[in-house]
Amino acid sequence: MKVNVLHLAKLVNMPLKPGESEKLQAGFDSTLKAVDELKKLPTAKTKSTFQVTKLQNVWREDIPQPERGFTQKQALSQAKKTYQGYFLVPRVIDDEA
Amino acid sequence: MKLQPVIGLEIHVELKTKTGMFCGCSADHFGKAPNTNTCPVCLGLPGALPVPNHQAIDWAIMIGLALDCRVNLESSFDRKHYFYPDLPKGYQISQYDDPFCQAGKLSLASGKIIRINRVHLEEDTAKMQHQVIDGQKMTLVDFNRSGVPLVEIVTEPDIASGEEAKEFLKKLRDIIRSLGVSDCDMEKGSMRLEPNISWSESPEKLNNYKVEIKNLNSFRFAQQGIDFELKRQKELLDQGKTPVQETRGYNPQKRATFSQRVKETSADYRYFPDPDIPPIVLTREYVENLRTKLPQLPEALANEMVNKFHLSLSTAQLLSKDQLKLAYFNQYKNQVEPLELANLIVNKKIDLDQPPPTKAASRAVDLNIIDQVLKENADAVAKYRTGKTSVIGFLVGQVMRLTGGKVDPKQVQDKLLKALQVRNLQG
Ligand SMILES: [Zn+2]
Repeated sequence: MKVNVLHLAKLVNMPLKPGESEKLQAGFDSTLKAVDELKKLPTAKTKSTFQVTKLQNVWREDIPQPERGFTQKQALSQAKKTYQGYFLVPRVIDDEA
Repeated sequence: MKLQPVIGLEIHVELKTKTGMFCGCSADHFGKAPNTNTCPVCLGLPGALPVPNHQAIDWAIMIGLALDCRVNLESSFDRKHYFYPDLPKGYQISQYDDPFCQAGKLSLASGKIIRINRVHLEEDTAKMQHQVIDGQKMTLVDFNRSGVPLVEIVTEPDIASGEEAKEFLKKLRDIIRSLGVSDCDMEKGSMRLEPNISWSESPEKLNNYKVEIKNLNSFRFAQQGIDFELKRQKELLDQGKTPVQETRGYNPQKRATFSQRVKETSADYRYFPDPDIPPIVLTREYVENLRTKLPQLPEALANEMVNKFHLSLSTAQLLSKDQLKLAYFNQYKNQVEPLELANLIVNKKIDLDQPPPTKAASRAVDLNIIDQVLKENADAVAKYRTGKTSVIGFLVGQVMRLTGGKVDPKQVQDKLLKALQVRNLQG
């Protein structure tokens, strides 16, 4: 398997400096090579899964938990920019409005 | 090759649970000061663990059951990745491979069946407002809505016009409201519509483009937007051009759609099961128990009211889909003649906060009307004579209709029976 670093960088919204893509490519290649070792394990009879805890139906009843909530100040405390109680970001949509 | 309008709908409905899809924040976000209804989970802070809301799961399944869907006994939540400021984690928790419900249907008045592809559960995103601040085009983000349970209903592209879309949407809204799981208030955004539109050979053989319209906040605008879009695309196609595959907005003043260019989005959502949320595994009994909780759906209820109380179909339909009016009707239908009560409610001649005006005794039945009905329905009278006494209900209905329901059906039945006996003797 080969990772398309430029495509991945675009998907994760990560700007790359010159030379970085080559470095990352090498890193991915060696990581994937290590992961390839797993192919040696006999997994023909193992079902695929996305979890190993064997838990199921971990849900909660519909009861408010206000004690876990943030104040507005707390919620905004890590934001780069805020405006009148809102997070503020550059506009991402172009429309007539 | 002849092309036809091919329209599919994606509908998002916010559930009126008390809390969020994966956290204990209030699901009632409307009108609150910005960013005052958040926690580590719905702000997507690292390490916060989402735990699904049991009530939301039940309600999503009930919507699926009401739409004749198959319920998947094993389902799971998936991460749908994309970058957008309304999505703090960089992914939305949704359902991809194993949604709760699949393969349903809803029929239109014409008898045409609109197939439902799926009904799944996901989390709502933050709300964005686009403004110019200090001369810069900026976006304000409020996370109060982030994490509210959202049911997505996706149809197959079986719809052929704006009008059909409108009928389908109204019917869907009435069903969901009757379940009591969402207000489906378009103005408050608790019901959102996204039609996708193309001219294609058939719903099975789609064209190589489709256009999605977003931010439609009424059924009327949905209908208008779809019709505008069909016309716009047809003109391009007639010129030998292919419409651009894109998302468009709708401007009600101009009655036109417009291109909404979104920067830096990607169709590659890299769905995978959310490892933070173990799968949901249900039993057949569990699902059947939910099915028993379904109320009678508006259509069936309307038909029943026509048969039982001799309401006109339009009155019965209006009552059956309005929960407030329906509750009022049910509360007083044993005290006031049901047909008259229904007409009072539907014609808004009654204050739903007050008991209905105590009615003077029902007007005596005009014997001329009884006579008229018997004459006009000789077939039914003949059937009655051969022992099919159940036709009496039909005859009562005819009298009720002619009198506008202003008489007591029991009295009508008595008089009809008497008249029939007299005629029997005479005949
Ligand atoms: Zn929260």
